[in-house]
Amino acid sequence: MIPEIGNFALMLALAAALVQSVLPMAGAARRNVIWMQSAVTTALIQCGLLVVAFAALMRSFIVSDFTVVNVVANSHSLKPMLYKVAATWGSHEGSLLLWVLILAIFGAGVALLGRNIPAELRARTLSVQAWISVGFLSFMIFTSNPFDRMFPAPLNGNDLNPLLQDIGLALHPPLLYLGYVGFSIVFSFAVAALIEGRVDPAWARWVRPWTLAAWVSLTGGIALGSWWAYYELGWGGWWFWDPVENVSFMPWLLGTALLHSAIVTEKRDTFKSWTILLAILTFSLSLLGTFIVRSGLLTSVHAFAVDPERGVYILGLLAVSIGGSLALYAWRAPQLEGGGLFTPISREAGLLINNLLLATATAAVLFGTLYPLFLEAITGDKISVGPPFFNASFIPIMLPLVFLMGIGPFLSWKRADLPGVLSRLKLAIGLGIAAALWGWYMDTQGPVMAIIALGIAGWLFVASAREWLSRIKAGNVPMAESLRRARNLPRAAHGMTIAHMGVAVLILGFVGSSAWKSEQILFASPGTVVEIAGYDVRFDSVDRVRGPNYVSDMGTMTVFRDGAQITVLQPERRWYPVAEMQTTESAIRSTLAGDLYLTIGEPAADRASNEWTLRILYEPFVNFIWIGTVFLVVGGMFSLTDRRLRVGAPRRAQAAPADATPAE
Amino acid sequence: MRRVLVALPVVIVLVLGAFFWWGLNPDRDPNAIPSVLIDAQAPEFDLGGIPGIETPGLATDDLSGSDSPLVVNVFASWCVPCRAEHAVLTRMARDEDMRLLGINYKDKPEDATRWLAELGNPYERIGADLNGRTGIEWGISGVPETFVIDAEGIVIYRFVGPIITPEDVEQMRGALELARSRSGGAS
Repeated sequence: MIPEIGNFALMLALAAALVQSVLPMAGAARRNVIWMQSAVTTALIQCGLLVVAFAALMRSFIVSDFTVVNVVANSHSLKPMLYKVAATWGSHEGSLLLWVLILAIFGAGVALLGRNIPAELRARTLSVQAWISVGFLSFMIFTSNPFDRMFPAPLNGNDLNPLLQDIGLALHPPLLYLGYVGFSIVFSFAVAALIEGRVDPAWARWVRPWTLAAWVSLTGGIALGSWWAYYELGWGGWWFWDPVENVSFMPWLLGTALLHSAIVTEKRDTFKSWTILLAILTFSLSLLGTFIVRSGLLTSVHAFAVDPERGVYILGLLAVSIGGSLALYAWRAPQLEGGGLFTPISREAGLLINNLLLATATAAVLFGTLYPLFLEAITGDKISVGPPFFNASFIPIMLPLVFLMGIGPFLSWKRADLPGVLSRLKLAIGLGIAAALWGWYMDTQGPVMAIIALGIAGWLFVASAREWLSRIKAGNVPMAESLRRARNLPRAAHGMTIAHMGVAVLILGFVGSSAWKSEQILFASPGTVVEIAGYDVRFDSVDRVRGPNYVSDMGTMTVFRDGAQITVLQPERRWYPVAEMQTTESAIRSTLAGDLYLTIGEPAADRASNEWTLRILYEPFVNFIWIGTVFLVVGGMFSLTDRRLRVGAPRRAQAAPADATPAE
Repeated sequence: MRRVLVALPVVIVLVLGAFFWWGLNPDRDPNAIPSVLIDAQAPEFDLGGIPGIETPGLATDDLSGSDSPLVVNVFASWCVPCRAEHAVLTRMARDEDMRLLGINYKDKPEDATRWLAELGNPYERIGADLNGRTGIEWGISGVPETFVIDAEGIVIYRFVGPIITPEDVEQMRGALELARSRSGGAS
């Protein structure tokens, strides 16, 4: 019964989306207020129906209703409750339902919170949002319905891929989708603006909170996925330049560019057609990601069960949405005239370079991700593009960007005084060099790039702090006055400082854990002691342990430092009989200075000999990656709560009447 | 000019779309990275053994006329994953109907000797590829790599990277099975 309710809710949601995709758009064209207002109602109804459908699917998982095909394929009655819930979005069908639910949530968000947006723009935006809904809802209902039934019901399910049975991954898709799909509303705003033929500072301000919300979620989502890969896959790496990672990273890069270019549109009424293009492309890359992950187009370590037929349907959706919006762009963008002029040294120019570098970096990642496909199509050769390509192309683009991040915030609009700015940054330059020297001292044999990156990270951290301090005039005025200034500073200013410092912190984590990592792989029998990065790790024993839906070989290893026992770590190798899969559960001792990372692999030969493959890693500063991400997220949230986005609803400059002559 | 510029994104997207359309061909398996050698004769080479150990060297002539499928494993003592793979290969050489041959790639003879003494030597023959020339002939992209060769001396499978997990072993078993069925069909 419940799955039928879910199914029915899905169909009704499609009907609501159909109405929403036509009526408000027509209303905006005919200035029919009632039709335009209908967007608010249909957006809320559509969202409510999808919540019902999602809840129905979740309930089917919670009670293990094995008459539902999707539950059979992805759950098992013995699975812990948390993962039964998480399995709701663990499969292709379920995650697609989550996808459209988030789409509808953002639509409902604009319907509820966007009261200050002019009725026409809001109606058109919600209509465009509904076009995307119609596309994906029909895709789901016709090709991947999560509520398909099977009779007779099997006694038990096939279990969720055990790699996915993990808290990090239970939360990763919802957060990632919030970001990924969140850019849909920015896309809808952009298309609505193109239809309307009007982009101005007020538009940029209405769009900003949605861009920020999506960006913050995407940042968190990517970091959670990376964290999961780090401790669950047992390779000790946090980023592999895998196609599936790249497709979530590209919208992030372009979304970051969008955040910055929208500032210029908001403050200086220029970069308009570029901002619009970025808004369209950011969501297009999200769609591309959905397509690549679900179509099996590229080889990847983590993809859904793929089906080329679904791929064809999504490709059709892509062609209509991306091709259509870009064609509209090609038609309308020339009418969006740029505003204020600026000199080559100004904040506008700084943000322009930021955008160019971010766009180039995105293009490099896109090219590397798709290159195997191009090559195979043209020459028939099959290759895989690995980390060397991405490291060699991406890092050299990002380092100048990070360097300029230190200067950018000091530049004033229109015309800036570069020598003056640099003279205020002497300390940052000095500390940057000091950081590079320290990096060189830490490891004289290490890669040169690591030392440069550290120097730039040190520079960025100090320069960002310096900018914030000079805003509150710390040191130049009494303490109380500085504090008062800090309180009065816009939240967005705090947000920027925090996020930029976060990037510096991230780089420390990247450099430490990739350039200075030490690693040992060995076969050992209990009793062996291994020395790594100042720790002595004693391999004590391996025991058979039983979990709720797995059996595991649990190793016990005692860690000593300078002869004193520090901790006992228990890495595991689990076998999930139902899913017939093996997973590695690494054991990690985390400190700020670095992680000691232990995994236990195959028995070296036969069980009898009791020799095991051990992988022991020491990754310096790896936790700064997660700390830096927290900086980024907190910075984004600060900016999101900025007063100007909440109150003082931006007023549109009075439109020059387009058709001034009376109709009659 | 501006009109051309703003139309550029949609043109690029259409070209990309054409590639994607092509890529959706259901017969395509993006996971397979075949070797140029697949279904071809193994390349010509003649390597001496590692000086100082008994195991004989390896040459093209050794790769045909075998009853069991041949597995040619490219390894080196300086390669960490090879160490991890070694036990799995040793077990496979013992349990499976196959003959394990080695190419010791760009290695110092004394290092290779010590490595084999420490871990054991499961190889029937080992060719010492001191300058990496034979590695180029085989078209390897790194060490370790493993090739399966049927009774006719034809390369039928290439495994890139270490054979460690049960899934890797399963893939190798599949290739060995294929090699056996082909040599059965030929006789």
